Amino acid sequence: MIDALQYEFMQHALLAGMLVSFASGIIGSLIVVNRMVFLAGGIAHTSYGGIGLAVYLGLPIFFGASIFAVAAAILIATLTLKKRQRIDTLIGLIWAVGMAIGVIFIDISPGYNVDLMGYLFGSILAVSTEDIYFMSILLLGIFFVVIFWYRDILAVSYDSQYANLRGINVRFFYTLILILSALTIVIAIKVVGLILVIAMLTIPVYIAEKLSSSLFIMMFLSGLIATFFTLMGLWFSYTYNLSSGASIIIVSALFFALFLISTKKDIL
Amino acid sequence: MKVIDIKDLYFRYEKQSVLENINLQIEEKDFLAIIGPNGGGKSTLLKLILAIHPLQKGEIYVLGKSPSKSLGQMGYVPQNTNINIDFPIKVIEVVMMGHTRKERPLLGYGKDEILCAMGALTQVGMSDFAQNKIASLSGGQRQRVMIARALCANPKILILDEPTSSIDINGQKEIYKLLKQLNTYITIIVVSHDISVILEYANKAAHINKNLSYHDISDKHSTFHTHGNDEHFCEIELLQMLGSENCNTCEGENPKWKLKP
Repeated sequence: MIDALQYEFMQHALLAGMLVSFASGIIGSLIVVNRMVFLAGGIAHTSYGGIGLAVYLGLPIFFGASIFAVAAAILIATLTLKKRQRIDTLIGLIWAVGMAIGVIFIDISPGYNVDLMGYLFGSILAVSTEDIYFMSILLLGIFFVVIFWYRDILAVSYDSQYANLRGINVRFFYTLILILSALTIVIAIKVVGLILVIAMLTIPVYIAEKLSSSLFIMMFLSGLIATFFTLMGLWFSYTYNLSSGASIIIVSALFFALFLISTKKDIL
Repeated sequence: MKVIDIKDLYFRYEKQSVLENINLQIEEKDFLAIIGPNGGGKSTLLKLILAIHPLQKGEIYVLGKSPSKSLGQMGYVPQNTNINIDFPIKVIEVVMMGHTRKERPLLGYGKDEILCAMGALTQVGMSDFAQNKIASLSGGQRQRVMIARALCANPKILILDEPTSSIDINGQKEIYKLLKQLNTYITIIVVSHDISVILEYANKAAHINKNLSYHDISDKHSTFHTHGNDEHFCEIELLQMLGSENCNTCEGENPKWKLKP
């Protein structure tokens, strides 16, 4: 493993893995405590529409995916803010339509079609320097938001109706959480792919939640746990020559099972 | 000055009229119990007072101003405090959410907010639990924390929506004792299904079932007669009296309120 580090793509992979994991830990915590896991799944799959569009128009893939994911986040935020009961039907719809748009755009794109498996299951070994920049800026942005607006985000997440009474702009923070989720999902697609991204956003968070007494500790602990899982997963993937995204998820799931057994916690 | 002044208030959800011709004046340091059948409009009235719902027809003045301008003076304890029990949050963080301060520190919480929250927790007898996770508390303790959160704003009016619906009998008594203490300097409005509130603690009662009937029950022992020496009170009589103007409309909606001759 150590000698592999001399390759630039391997350095990029490790760096990207750590950046993405920390971002997923923080944002995953917000997604879990706000019960937005299904919403995040919807955004992840909708971003495939953006990938398709970018391929068709010849734009940078992650630019297209970001635009699509953020648009989906704003749409979902608007739909879910008021009525949260029957919204699962609409999210399911957005989820499937987003993917369908992606497939159609790639169908009608002329010439060679990109390796779509890479977007579905991740391609961490293909991380470019620009991707690293984008990931770093996003992580810094997330740090800034959750530290500076911690009390507002906490209030909105814990009891949005009360936060509203205390003059906090619930709509703004709810939308902000979903937009940050969308951007985090887009960078996480590079590492584990859009199908596996939900596991990355939830497994470390679940463990951290049981060990934390406050949301702040939970966010940073999830970040650390996610980073550990990613590094272990990458080592596993390198050693046994397996897909990196799937390896990260399997390693996470194994540690999750160990955690449950060792602490004798009920799953729910 | 009236603490809350409601004039000719009407409210409807789409096609269904919920409140009609509501007139209500609440005096300073009143302990008003709002009772009535499910779906009778109790919570809707609270939400109008708290500016959660917009006014449709009629007027509401809270401390002489519109409800949205007086939000800082109102403490609110919502109906269901069992939401998000597993949320990783400390008791003191929940209480500090109630603090209403215009300017806020750049990061985290100000010293005055922490002091204020600890003061509110002391008032409800929960200061020892400040650093505990909210999940580790019992239903009654959690309810006290929610009252502390409302008190953290130093409110002139405390509004509670069925504060004892999820706690055992001893816990309920404790909560009402606490409210009675707070009532020496705060106006209290409580929605409740619990008859003992009206009998032991409230001095005013309002029965809402679309319309409102208002009763001053501060001298309830002379107003109502009790059975026997143990001051046992007949629930049915009270309901008959309080809801007499609306009895025909509450029939069948909720068995608890159904009156038998």
